[in-house]
Order: sequence, then structure tokens, then C-alpha cells
Amino acid sequence: MSILDYFRSSKKANTATVAKERLQIIVAHQRGERGAPDYFPLMKQEIIAVIRKYVHISEEQVSVQLEQNDDNLSVLELNVTLPERN
Amino acid sequence: MAQIIVVTSGKGGVGKTTSSAAIATGLAIRGHKTVVIDFDIGLRNLDLIMGCERRVVYDFVNVINGESNLNQALIKDKRSENLYVLPASQTRDKDALTREGVGKVLDELSKDFEYIVCDSPAGIETGALMALYFADVAIVTTNPEVSSVRDSDRILGILQSKSRRAEQNLEPIKEYLLLTRYSPTRVKNGEMLSVADVEEILAIKLLGVIPESQAVLRASNSGVPVIMDQESDAGQAYGDTVSRLLGEEIPLRFVTEEKKGLLKRIFGS
Ligand SMILES: Nc1ncnc2c1ncn2[C@@H]1O[C@H](COP(=O)(O)OP(=O)(O)OP(=O)(O)O)[C@@H](O)[C@H]1O
Ligand SMILES: [Mg+2]
Repeated sequence: MSILDYFRSSKKANTATVAKERLQIIVAHQRGERGAPDYFPLMKQEIIAVIRKYVHISEEQVSVQLEQNDDNLSVLELNVTLPERN
Repeated sequence: MAQIIVVTSGKGGVGKTTSSAAIATGLAIRGHKTVVIDFDIGLRNLDLIMGCERRVVYDFVNVINGESNLNQALIKDKRSENLYVLPASQTRDKDALTREGVGKVLDELSKDFEYIVCDSPAGIETGALMALYFADVAIVTTNPEVSSVRDSDRILGILQSKSRRAEQNLEPIKEYLLLTRYSPTRVKNGEMLSVADVEEILAIKLLGVIPESQAVLRASNSGVPVIMDQESDAGQAYGDTVSRLLGEEIPLRFVTEEKKGLLKRIFGS
């Protein structure tokens, strides 16, 4: 690195680290839905719609994951972050 | 039986055609009878990178439709005895590729060739799916950049579910990462994902790292695959990549910043 680079880069955040963190989340999410049945995306949307009838939440607050534990057992995991009651 | 290698990515413009041309040429130079096929129907490019555009008479789709035989469509490379190019058609729609048609052509080529390199188009539509369907090996070409890495991961999902090997419950496609347009200086400045970052995120075996290089444009200008330019960093990096594909274990090169002279060190470049 040159002396000029040093001053230039010291001001900027390390964007590669940000990229890596974002990708780790995206890829984990994509892989979670992999191998899921074709009806899965629609079912997920409908589950979210049902919850929304009762509580005000955004899509990011719901995670629906299908986990293949072994050949004849998979687990549907539903995680909802509910807004605080007040 | 030939080994079928798909060069794929999801995202466009990451270096699939550049890599297909380089890898096919490298395999041929090392004595393996190789054919490289352009699957980018309607947007052919490989003929230009291979420098054989003026010798295209018949193409992949002509062969599938029975309008010409394979030998009429195959173009023999000027530089290597062992290398042939099967060009894509320039005009027709991509639905011209059918699974049966592609399968038949690959079967016929398998009798004569050791390696069949399939240059995939971008995206996840018919052309890309056809290019990867019959593959034994996938070279997932990726740039150190968020959208390219995400698309590569999507392609990995497709390789694992929509390929012949997946559908028939055979041994899975061998998946390799080829990281292209890598800039060690930008990585060092924290502006670009490093080799280790991308390896960690995608978790597949690394086949090679090709630096961002001016030699690539020079090569495409003159229609000579960059691997022929063994003076250049990119040419040497593709050479190493081919060696690893053939099972050799060699260290990575061009992944750290090159040493600069004193003036450059003070003032930057
Ligand atoms: N290592 C590299 N250094 C510099 N430029 C590169 C490098 N690799 C590829 N390029 C350039 O990037 C552009 C895209 O390359 P290429 O055509 O091989 O990508 P592609 O993945 O086949 O694109 P498409 O998805 O459109 O088929 C070209 O202009 C090429 O010269
Ligand atoms: Mg291309």
C-alpha cells in the first residue's frame, strides 16, 4: 500500500466485510429453501398471510424453513418475531 | 466416454466464454482431444474468442435439427490438432435446444472426444439448463462481487436438483469454483471479497483464481484464447487451472499484490 493509499483507505469502511456478511445471510437463506417441494414458496406466502390477519408484521419477521434431517424426516420450522405489546 | 464439463455462472459477463475457450485450449494443448460447444443460442461469442468466426458454416442447432451432420459443423482449431469448436446459431430462438437433441449430439461427441466443454449462456433459462444438464463436472465461474456470488449459489442449487445426475440419483456433479477478475490490490484495501471469503461462502473446491488482466482484452481482440499468452498473468493462471482440473496440485499464483517500485509505493498507481 502506498502512503496515499493509506490516507485514502483509512477513511473508507471495509466494504468487503459488509459484502461477506450480507452474502452469508443470503446464501444460508437460499440453501434453506433448496430441495424444498415446489409448493413451498406459495405455502410460505400463505402462512405469512394468515399470521398477518392477526398481527401486524413484515415479511422479514417470519422465517419458514424446511429442514431435511434424514431421508424420511423433515422438519418445518416456523419462526415469527412478534411486535412488542404495549 | 468423454467427460462433460460445463462452464456456468448464473450471472452474465463474469468470464464464462473467456474461461471455456482458455480451458478447452489448455486441455487440447496437453494432448487431450477436446471439443468446446457454444450454448449461447442467438448470441454466439465463442467463435470470436476462439478466432474461427469466418469458418462457421453450420452450427449446433443445424446438427440437432438434422440439417447438417456433426462433422460438417465442427470447426477444427488452427492452433491445436486436438481441438474442435461447435458454434451456436446466431439467429434462432433458444427453444431450438431440446434435451433429446442435445443428448444425442453429446452422445455422438463422446465417442470421439475426451473432454466436452460446454460454454453456458447467462441466466437460468433453457440454454443454461441444457448446458448443465448432462455435465459430469461444473466450473462455477464467479466474480468476487455480491450478485455474482449469490447467482453462483443459485446455480449450485440447480446443479444439485435439475441435472441428469441429480434426477437419476447418480454420483453428483463435481463442482469447482473458478474465481475470475480478481484484484489483489482491491482485496488488500478491503474493497473486494477475498478468495478465502468466496470459498467460505460457497463451500466448494477452488479450481483457480484468474486475475483481472489487460491480457484478456488483447486476447479477445486478436481471437486467440488468453491461455496461449503464457507471458501474461491471466494466461498462466488459466494454465494452472487446467493442471488442477487434470489432478495436479499446484499453489495459487497472482493472489497477492505484486511488488511495486519505490515511486509507486509512495505515490500509488
Ligand atoms: N480476467 C479478466 N480480466 C479482465 N477482463 C476480463 C477477464 N475475464 C473476462 N473479462 C472481460 O469480461 C467480459 C465478459 O467476459 P466473457 O464474455 O468471457 O463473459 P461471459 O460470462 O461469457 O458473458 P455472457 O454471460 O454474456 O456469456 C469481456 O469483455 C472480457 O474481456
Ligand atoms: Mg459467454
